[in-house]
Amino acid sequence: MSKPNIQLDSHGRLKHFLTIDGLKREMLTEILDTAESFTGVSERVVKKVPLLRGKTICNLFFENSTRTRTTFEVAAKRLSADVLNLNVSTSSTTKGETLLDTLRNLEAMHVDMFVIRHSDSGAAHFFATHAAPHISVINAGDGQHAHPTQAMLDMFTIRRHKEEFTGLRVAIVGDVLHSRVARSQILALNTLGTSEVRVIAPRTLLPPDPRTLGVHIFHDLEEGIRDVDVVIMLRLQKERMTGALLPSEHEYFQLYGLTEKRLKAAKPDAIVMHPGPINRGVEMDSQVADGPRSVILQQVSFGIAVRMAVMSMTMGTQAQGAAAR
Amino acid sequence: MNAPNSTSILGGRLIDPASGIDSVTDIFIHNGKILAIGEPPEGFTAHHTIDASGQIVCPGLVDLSARMREPGQEHIATIASETALAARSGITTLCCPPDTDPVIDTPAVVTLLLRRAKRSARARLLPIGAMTQQLAGEHLSEMVALKRAGCVAMSNGYAPLANTLVERRALEYAATFGITAILRPEDRHLRNNGYAHEGPVSARLGLPGIPEAAESVAVARDLALAEHTGCRIHFHLLSSGTAARMIEQAQQQRLQVSANVAAHQLHLTEMDIEDFDSNCHLNPPLRSLADREALRAALAKGVIGAICSDHQPLKADAKEAPFPSTATGMAGLQTLLPLTLKLVDEGVLGLSEAIARITCGPADMLGLPYGRLQPGSSADICIFDPHRHWVLKREEMPSSGRNTPFIGWEFQGQVTHTLFEGRIVFHSDSTTQA
Repeated sequence: MSKPNIQLDSHGRLKHFLTIDGLKREMLTEILDTAESFTGVSERVVKKVPLLRGKTICNLFFENSTRTRTTFEVAAKRLSADVLNLNVSTSSTTKGETLLDTLRNLEAMHVDMFVIRHSDSGAAHFFATHAAPHISVINAGDGQHAHPTQAMLDMFTIRRHKEEFTGLRVAIVGDVLHSRVARSQILALNTLGTSEVRVIAPRTLLPPDPRTLGVHIFHDLEEGIRDVDVVIMLRLQKERMTGALLPSEHEYFQLYGLTEKRLKAAKPDAIVMHPGPINRGVEMDSQVADGPRSVILQQVSFGIAVRMAVMSMTMGTQAQGAAAR
Repeated sequence: MNAPNSTSILGGRLIDPASGIDSVTDIFIHNGKILAIGEPPEGFTAHHTIDASGQIVCPGLVDLSARMREPGQEHIATIASETALAARSGITTLCCPPDTDPVIDTPAVVTLLLRRAKRSARARLLPIGAMTQQLAGEHLSEMVALKRAGCVAMSNGYAPLANTLVERRALEYAATFGITAILRPEDRHLRNNGYAHEGPVSARLGLPGIPEAAESVAVARDLALAEHTGCRIHFHLLSSGTAARMIEQAQQQRLQVSANVAAHQLHLTEMDIEDFDSNCHLNPPLRSLADREALRAALAKGVIGAICSDHQPLKADAKEAPFPSTATGMAGLQTLLPLTLKLVDEGVLGLSEAIARITCGPADMLGLPYGRLQPGSSADICIFDPHRHWVLKREEMPSSGRNTPFIGWEFQGQVTHTLFEGRIVFHSDSTTQA
């Protein structure tokens, strides 16, 4: 009864990158290895490889984003692609054009790849299902569903510091319920064989039965980060206070804010990650964010290599990508 | 007795759950009414004769919830288009929810609907009146005037009454005049901005969930008010096992409550929204396998006495968007009988019980004299071939009715003739059927 994975072509190669769900460990490892081969590019004098020369990549952002959109743009340009940035929240959809019409119009401009961010869960699937067969779709975040390139750059960062996933204990702290980042991270960590994935949050910020996601649940921060190798803090959206999910930022920080003192419960060489942007004093202390354990800025630079990897792989040029090492 | 308006249906297996008949026999029709079953009355000459051998002859189907989109949205569908589809599907009585444009909250709209249905003359259309003006949940509508104009019950459509005081008053007023209230039980605050059943699938897909409690909290409230007011309540479109169990208990306490379920809710589950299939974006949402099994069990016990189509034709592009941005609802007329017969295949119900749930069952809930084959009753008849296999094909469906998750499903049992008030309103030409 299981349907074919729409992310893969008939040869089992990555065609779209929409979610970690359904991808095998080998595929995720290939993404990480390919990204590894691209890290050198950014350090060259001429920061470009000609893999996607002549290709047009359209960044279609229906939601505001600075960092993600910028790193996708940088990644595309380092692959020598032409980049079209469309901030659609301020353009055609407000004039009543349907998403399908937007897609058809851009297709008519011979776009080869869409990088899409949209507030609806399933928007990237919708694009991949309806786009012409030669077009690849990369999900840059859809609703509360998935943000697979963010998850892969997080995996890349973890692998850089910890090498192996087996034997690792990883804690994700915060608003898992509304977080597409957390969903993708949990899937990636489990697929890569992480020994234990924990989530730490009050029940209002967790799905009704989070165990179905393959995680261990903690409601107490210090208990949850005891002996972990990696602590991933999630951003807390301000609107969570108005939805009766939390009483106040103050109480949240009291219970779940990461401080130097609390971090002592983790392993001595534990790293601290955050997908950004950070609410200092809400999710974590500045001391921790800027401290020696924090790898938050590395996440951003690795993001470019990971996005180059995914873009070249979905366009069928990853073999040359490895050769460009 | 030999006028051109006499018809005989010969040699079919006649199943009339209301009277308990299930045998191969003949049926004789005159002037739109059933004249006799078994032996022809003396001197009877049929103008039409239908050979029903090998087929099942049952009452025309009664559907408690079908939207015609008229008045107000004739660009999507019309009474003419939807009654034609009903005739093809063996349905002869259609109850129309009040959320038309304008809303069915004045006798004039009722009169308009009935006049247009009479013109199309392919099925009986029974309007359901709005309990509150504009369905806004604030002021009571003129329920008695609506009833006199032809409304068979009152409901508040998909907009459950949020104010419990208004609900109490509406039920008391309805009870005063013997009006049945049809309630779609849902707590709108618990529904919040949900799109799918709150469970493992919605958690994985990142779709905001609608908890089961959104339904059971409302059922608890409505049952308390049913007891308090003595109003006869019919729960519309149950989706959860908990709600079904609460209603079963209430029935055991002799409360006048009944319930229906949409045919698709008995076959699909939350798993069907995998890959964001917008045709499975429905209201109420598809719930867990355990809920589906509990609904099937409640149906078998008779706690749920009716299966409806909850037919909602939509604009062709209404489902062409990311899941949360699509309209809810599916076109269900064509699959009402086949999905019900599938329950027989799967051992949920016996054939006669299954037919009861789409004929006399729903009719009894609203006190209607339809859905039965007895001398003197309206000759609304569905004849189907129980052995014929067919596949629901997109290209064979009307453009406004393609919003169904059942395209490509194989069904057994297909309508060959539909008679409405004694007239053949649909007849499949056997030579064109594979």
